[in-house]
Amino acid sequence: MTWAVESQRKNYGKALVELGRTRKDIVVLDADLSGSTRTVEFAKAYPERFFNCGIAEQNMMGTAAGLALGGMTVFASTFAVFATGRAYDQVRQSIAYPDLNVKIVASHAGITVGMDGASHQTMEDIALMNAIPNMTVIVPADGPQTYRAVLAVAERPGPAYIRMGRSDVPVITSDKDEFVVGKASVMVDGSDIALVGTGQMVVPCLEAAEMLKQKGISARVINLSTIKPLDTATLIKAARECGAVVTAEEHNIVSGVGTLVAAALAESYPVPMQRVGMQDIFGQSGESDELMKEYGMGTKDVAAAAIKVMERKK
Amino acid sequence: MNFPEQKGVHELEAKANLLRRHVIRMIHAAGSGHPGGSLSAADIVTALFFKVMDHSPENVDSVDRDHFILSKGHAAPIYYAALAECGYFPVDELVTLRKLHSRLQGHPSRVKTKGVEMSTGSLGQGLSAANGLALALRMKGLDRRVYCLCGDGEMAEGQIWEAAMFASHYHLDNVICIVDRNGLQIDGRTEDVMSLEPLGDKWQAFGWNVLYMNGNDIGQVLDTLKAAKAHRGSPTVIVAKTVKGKGVSFMENNVGFHGKAPNDKEFEQAMKELGGSV
Ligand SMILES: Cc1ncc(C[n+]2csc(CCOP(=O)(O)OP(=O)(O)O)c2C)c(N)n1
Ligand SMILES: [Mg+2]
Repeated sequence: MTWAVESQRKNYGKALVELGRTRKDIVVLDADLSGSTRTVEFAKAYPERFFNCGIAEQNMMGTAAGLALGGMTVFASTFAVFATGRAYDQVRQSIAYPDLNVKIVASHAGITVGMDGASHQTMEDIALMNAIPNMTVIVPADGPQTYRAVLAVAERPGPAYIRMGRSDVPVITSDKDEFVVGKASVMVDGSDIALVGTGQMVVPCLEAAEMLKQKGISARVINLSTIKPLDTATLIKAARECGAVVTAEEHNIVSGVGTLVAAALAESYPVPMQRVGMQDIFGQSGESDELMKEYGMGTKDVAAAAIKVMERKK
Repeated sequence: MNFPEQKGVHELEAKANLLRRHVIRMIHAAGSGHPGGSLSAADIVTALFFKVMDHSPENVDSVDRDHFILSKGHAAPIYYAALAECGYFPVDELVTLRKLHSRLQGHPSRVKTKGVEMSTGSLGQGLSAANGLALALRMKGLDRRVYCLCGDGEMAEGQIWEAAMFASHYHLDNVICIVDRNGLQIDGRTEDVMSLEPLGDKWQAFGWNVLYMNGNDIGQVLDTLKAAKAHRGSPTVIVAKTVKGKGVSFMENNVGFHGKAPNDKEFEQAMKELGGSV
């Protein structure tokens, strides 16, 4: 399959500029990475509503909370590893607990950061943010979906986390798709196995579905773009109708999306499951494609997981 | 192998240039990495590894040696170049920087690379570790120094100032923090992004002995480090005025080369300017 590729970050920058045009309450913060996160687009368009905090992520999150107290809708951006790790306590205590209107939109998440290596490859951010009450957690699959997700969270009060990658990613959603927070989308229908992908792992799921089709296996592909609130209805329906589930995430399988899906299904409709993702080890430097293969997050890995889990179907 | 010997300024300058060539070659081969902050720190790193610090590959696991923590971990290339030239691993390995299965990670990893004492890359954390190590040395009665190299943009991290307070409270005079004051971070000049000045006064107010030097003048670097080592009773910080990208004309004071590899043409020119062959 071939798709056009687009940057999630560029779409974020575009969405911010669009929002800032009509909404004077939008304020954007960054921590010396505005070129990378693309908040620089907003900074250029509305310099009076952009504040660079320097390399001080904790202070940035605390400041974001204060701006929200003052009635602003705040977008705070940096690399995902720092937004969720370095500033975790500020996010928890100053943003989520007081339920403030701060949107944390972080880039360079996951192993596809590539050459910078393990220090920069967060595979815990979804777990961290998801574990905080009041926090909405969104992992868009591509550029256009990132754009729509940013506009969507701006309309909802309260804290939110949006995860973006570094790389340009295939465009698999359409501008006609509406983005509804909390709603997963079925991208391919199928009845033998459900492949539940998150973020950049939706594409390997789509490709694996094609591979499985050659083998006569009908795979349903779900783009699980909101992690919290979790669309349990769509997941349970898939479990009921397909009888087995593979989850795929560019994240540690410990406390990751697969774990959440497993927990949701276990309480309602347990089926055999297999989780594709980082196997609880730190990554390393390398090209993003190489790393995805190295750590078992490629198309073949998703397809193999599907075949394996189907053997356990009742 | 004992380095605190005889090496003259001239010889060290040549060494620094050699390390700079390694840096350019490595980053060019990798296609990514951070030349600017590696080059600004080249003379400081050279002085430390080839003259000031007592260290060797043989005593790498020993606590009884001088120590170095690269708090600004993105300058890993200059660190690796120094370690290789000191014999910690083969110089040939330098060009594997950032490649899959290489020991030379994009940011220093204590687990992967011989000679790397602390894993860094998330800015602002090195000085705290340096303090802890210095405390352990003192508890063990070892008269050793811990050198910690920080960026100036990195000074914005609150943890730096928590560590500054700690070191002074516990009179950690075996800690020597060097701030690579190249004036640039990623989004621009430090004074535009988050003003630091008066930087030395801030450290002084936190109880530190404050020294200043031209960090690209090896003679001055040696003298200042000597004074820092001799100072007792409080930790020392050296504000080292440097030029980001030092030694490669088109990288000097150019924020664009903070984290960008030179292309083939730029690589050739850089090597030429540094007096090497391609
Ligand atoms: C906690 C943290 N935030 C952000 C970054 C991303 N980052 C890498 S280098 C850098 C700029 C560093 O500037 P400076 O400290 O002045 O270093 P130098 O100029 O010596 O390269 C930034 C923001 C990081 N590595 N760690
Ligand atoms: Mg700097």
